[in-house]
Amino acid sequence: MAKQALRLGVDIGGTFTDVVLEDGARRVSAKVLTTYAAPEDAIIDGMHQVCARMGVGPGQITQIIHGTTLATNALIERRGAKTALITTEGFRDVIEMRTESRFEQYDLNLTLPEPLLPRHRRHVLRERMDARGQVLIPLDPAAVDALADELEAAGYDSIAVGLLHSYANDAHERAVAEVLARRLPGVMVSLSSQVSPQMREYERFNTTIANAYIKPLIKSYLGRLKARLAAQGADCPVFLMHSGGGIMSLESAADFPVRLVESGPAGGAIFAADIAARHGLDRVLSFDMGGTTAKICLIKDQSPKTARVFEVARSYRFKKGSGMPISIPVIDMVEIGAGGGSLAHVDALRQIRVGPESAGSEPGPACYGRGGKRPAVTDADLVLGRLDPDGFAGGAIPLSPDQSRQALSDHLGAPLDLGAQDAAWGLAEVVDENMANAARVHAVENGEDLSDYTMIAFGGAAPLHAARLCEKLGVGRCLVPPGAGVGSAIGFLRAPFSFEANRSVFMRLSEFDAGVVRALFADMAAEATTFVRACDATAPITRDHKIYMRYAGQGWEIPVPLSADEAAAPDPAQILARFEEVYQGLFGRAVAGMEVEITVWSVLAATRQDPVDGLDAPARLHDVAAGTMRPVFDPALGRRVDAGVVARDALAPGARVAGPAVVTEDETTVVVPASRDLIALTDGTLILTPKEAEA
Amino acid sequence: MTGTPDTPNTPNAPSKIAYQVMWTRLISVVEEQAQALVRTAFSTSVREAGDLSAGVYNDRGEMLAQAVTGTPGHVNAMADAVAHFMRRIGVDTMADGDVYLTNDPWEGTGHKHDITVVTPSFLDGRLIGFFACTAHVTDIGGRGFGADANDVHEEGLYIPILRFADRGRVDPTLMAMIRGNVREPDQLVGDIHALATSNEIGQRRLTEMMAEFGLRDLNGISDFILSHSRAATLERINALPQGEARGHMRIDGYSAPVDLHVHLRIEPDRIISDWAGTSGTDRKGINVPMVYTKAYTCYALKCAIAPEIPNNAASLAPFEVRAPEGSIVNAVFPAPVALRHVIGHMLPDTVYDALDQLLPGRVPAEGAGCLCNFQLSLRPRRDGPAPDGACRAEVLTFNSGGSGARPALDGMNATAFPSGVMTMPVEATEQVGPVIIWRKELRPDSGGPGQHRGGLGQYMEIGACDGHEFDMSAMLDRIDHPARGRRGGGDGGATRITREDGTPMRGKGRQFVPHGGRVKMAFPGGAGYGAASDRDRALVHRDLACGYITPEHAQRHYGMTTDEIDNVLARASKGERI
Repeated sequence: MAKQALRLGVDIGGTFTDVVLEDGARRVSAKVLTTYAAPEDAIIDGMHQVCARMGVGPGQITQIIHGTTLATNALIERRGAKTALITTEGFRDVIEMRTESRFEQYDLNLTLPEPLLPRHRRHVLRERMDARGQVLIPLDPAAVDALADELEAAGYDSIAVGLLHSYANDAHERAVAEVLARRLPGVMVSLSSQVSPQMREYERFNTTIANAYIKPLIKSYLGRLKARLAAQGADCPVFLMHSGGGIMSLESAADFPVRLVESGPAGGAIFAADIAARHGLDRVLSFDMGGTTAKICLIKDQSPKTARVFEVARSYRFKKGSGMPISIPVIDMVEIGAGGGSLAHVDALRQIRVGPESAGSEPGPACYGRGGKRPAVTDADLVLGRLDPDGFAGGAIPLSPDQSRQALSDHLGAPLDLGAQDAAWGLAEVVDENMANAARVHAVENGEDLSDYTMIAFGGAAPLHAARLCEKLGVGRCLVPPGAGVGSAIGFLRAPFSFEANRSVFMRLSEFDAGVVRALFADMAAEATTFVRACDATAPITRDHKIYMRYAGQGWEIPVPLSADEAAAPDPAQILARFEEVYQGLFGRAVAGMEVEITVWSVLAATRQDPVDGLDAPARLHDVAAGTMRPVFDPALGRRVDAGVVARDALAPGARVAGPAVVTEDETTVVVPASRDLIALTDGTLILTPKEAEA
Repeated sequence: MTGTPDTPNTPNAPSKIAYQVMWTRLISVVEEQAQALVRTAFSTSVREAGDLSAGVYNDRGEMLAQAVTGTPGHVNAMADAVAHFMRRIGVDTMADGDVYLTNDPWEGTGHKHDITVVTPSFLDGRLIGFFACTAHVTDIGGRGFGADANDVHEEGLYIPILRFADRGRVDPTLMAMIRGNVREPDQLVGDIHALATSNEIGQRRLTEMMAEFGLRDLNGISDFILSHSRAATLERINALPQGEARGHMRIDGYSAPVDLHVHLRIEPDRIISDWAGTSGTDRKGINVPMVYTKAYTCYALKCAIAPEIPNNAASLAPFEVRAPEGSIVNAVFPAPVALRHVIGHMLPDTVYDALDQLLPGRVPAEGAGCLCNFQLSLRPRRDGPAPDGACRAEVLTFNSGGSGARPALDGMNATAFPSGVMTMPVEATEQVGPVIIWRKELRPDSGGPGQHRGGLGQYMEIGACDGHEFDMSAMLDRIDHPARGRRGGGDGGATRITREDGTPMRGKGRQFVPHGGRVKMAFPGGAGYGAASDRDRALVHRDLACGYITPEHAQRHYGMTTDEIDNVLARASKGERI
């Protein structure tokens, strides 16, 4: 590179804002408390800290990549703008009627999530398209004008337009937008045919409304941020991490803020994918465990698995179906209420249950001694000997094992007739089993078998639980990379500039029209490329073509990748062969003689990533003897074992530590159970391997 | 790998923890089994709507765990199915690689459209248990999915309990017979394979789990699960006041109104539900086999009494269900049973009519009850020239009315109870065939008034695309018998079904709609709970602002004044939070 790049990664999380500054050779990071009232304050603070430590000025920063939970939180906390919906007559209640089902079948007092917009903010227009995009009822512009009067009088800040079958023909939505632009110039407008042009009205309308709802808030935040950064001298381009794991421009983010949902965890998945590439791993289970939740994601061939729908703001114990579906390209992950702060109790069946309720940072787990009385995962980890009471957060937060034991005894031990240690064991086993179950179900939903996967563990709590999770999942190797505590922010600096264009155009293979398909791909390629080009004027751009296919009558499509040649000269016989190949791989056998159809088409444009250099294996292994020992409970053995205590920064490449052991650092502790050994690699990554697997 | 005790009665703490982990794991195993079914099945009723069930059993045929994904109608029905398979096939003749199936309404899950597949599970050559799963398939031949059959033989192909695969080899004769008797042979055969695959995935995960925990059989974990579940369920039942009560509900039926009567007795260690006094079998296909009656009776009680105890043989056993043979809730062969769900879905509200007398303040008011389903057979018009591209198609939709108001909460708008299935997106349905859904939205004023308002029903209006005509097979009830309010609450809105010009149509059965014709439906609302005069004013204002109730309704039932109404409507038109 001609000019030395100096890039800043910024992740605003629920508790901390992580800032990472990196030039070609060095990386420094800082954690500052998130400033809810003005999130940009924490960024400025963190930026100055890392600049000072690297000895540079903000003016030297060449690029800032930013991810944030602001969009997610605004949706969860319902802090959006005064927003109206305009929809097709007869379909006013799509977002309220949802799937017409209950996500929990045995709770007579179930409360369904409130729709983002109450019914009186949802307005209808007489118009109708059919499933092929033909006009059944034309739109009357005078009716739109009349509606504009009404909306103007009500003083809405933002308007979502979601009309039936607009993914097939957006003419009516565009016509509505033209009238609104003329009549209500100050009001922000979001069209469903632009925000999420996909079939299935509930998901599309909800996504569009969510976009409209947070648009004024995010647009103003991004504007302030840009100005504040410039005022501090950092007038370089600012980009945003999006939910799909790519990067987009600040301007695009302001227009489509719904794409910022879950951008932090997406950064974590990119971080894991980058580590996977450096270590040449094709099948990786990314395990990110923080204070409140654990995120699990499958990474195949060094790319995180992606999906087209995500659920935000789950209102009922993280249960599937209790939130709002957002249909945008996202990194496909499961998030469950299992973190260091997750609280445990005993239920009516006399079983230990953990989470999703969390102690948060205030009062925190009982061991923080700040008034928390109920046992959290961190309390169990402390009582089981995994944490050093004087070394937590580098010693900044002294932990009280007595408080932990008291909480465990009071809330689990007494009702179950268990001692504090057995209660801690039970708590840890339950939370580990919860995470293992989530991983297993996620794997099976994706047709994957975890036994040949490698885990990459990051986030403050993950290294404490990773090895046990591996034992439960039958996963052999587990990597704990350096910088695990600020993984998401590092991930932002590893992400390509990318944009995925989607079209829902229904086509049976028997009615395949190569001309239409060529035009469709060309149109999407142009859209996606323009988007990426706006972020980076010179980098080479790659395009990935994917179509979603199924047997006629099925409801679930599977993604079928096409080569550039196959997309340029589409041939139905070739496409059928590719479909059958993928279907067989997932489900064992293809079904002969059935009609096959295509439902969604996509083109992903991305800047090409510099190939990652493979790592050299450590030249020679040498065993490291522990300076001190401490008793640590090993759940697989069901008893305490003497574990060696080793400092992470004392491990040179090739260092081997035999389990049982604990490897300590400021942000976390790596637990090595009796079943495993740990080896330090040349890049500072630690790898846990089963003893029997070693040569 | 682990230090797990191998006897169930080891009193020390570790065994409790290990067994708890195994129990959680078994529930995860069957959830994986269910997800595999969703991923590989062909019928949209399974993939989109989730009309399925999956479970694991011990070697005595007792259900140990059941997937969370699924619908209550299959619960007990499938719980009992494995015992029938053991008896019919003969345990001694079972071998590794065998797969059995049936669609027997009485030994499966209540109608021929449900296929149940059972796979014996072997470890080291010994039978250790079973996996079973059930799914509702789109077509099984016969008259198609509807109420019009006169006996069960008209309702489609009958598959008695048979070997689908014998030591891994699929029976080609059986497959040829099945293919030759249904409208969508590929789809049905694909679904049967998906069911078998689902059990196989479960079996694979169970084997891995047993290796991890060093188990050689399921006896220990089975005893742990069943004894804990039984104890927890009995604890709940024995904490209830003992006593008895009678519940009654009258609904439309097909040929004549149907009276459902239940006599509930809470005794030490059990609850008996006896359906004596209920109407006799109808001559059309709305009759209910006993398994399905058991399923929904038990579901209602479990929701009210022990909702968080997982389903298994022991947690279900204390709920005893009885019904006289030949009644509509214990229909005997060869009664037609295709739409057994219409009556079956009404059973929980009848149970709650009785339970409310024994446990005041716990159960909801009556709701819409049965799903508001219809199937359309569309085809090119025959009364005039049909356009090019006109086609035939079968379109099935699942829809819901409102649920009943709860003791402290409103009912849920357009949400299925007791069924657990989902609706299909309008845009997806219109992709399947030449149908236009002109309207699908909430139905104001249909929620019964009360301190807590009933859930709203919905309006639907449908027609064919230009150039088509269709037959509509309706599956609706509550036209003459709307949901009744509880403790002073008002009734929910009744079902209506008419042609576009207001000509009434029948709630059940196949009816022709010519080219250009439309069907307008209003699905029922749930009933209210408590006196409307006790309703929180803020909620009445919210209901009016949102149009859940009209000004006339607000005036009549909630005593709102004209000024109050004008004020709320003015604020609503400004989009204010109300």
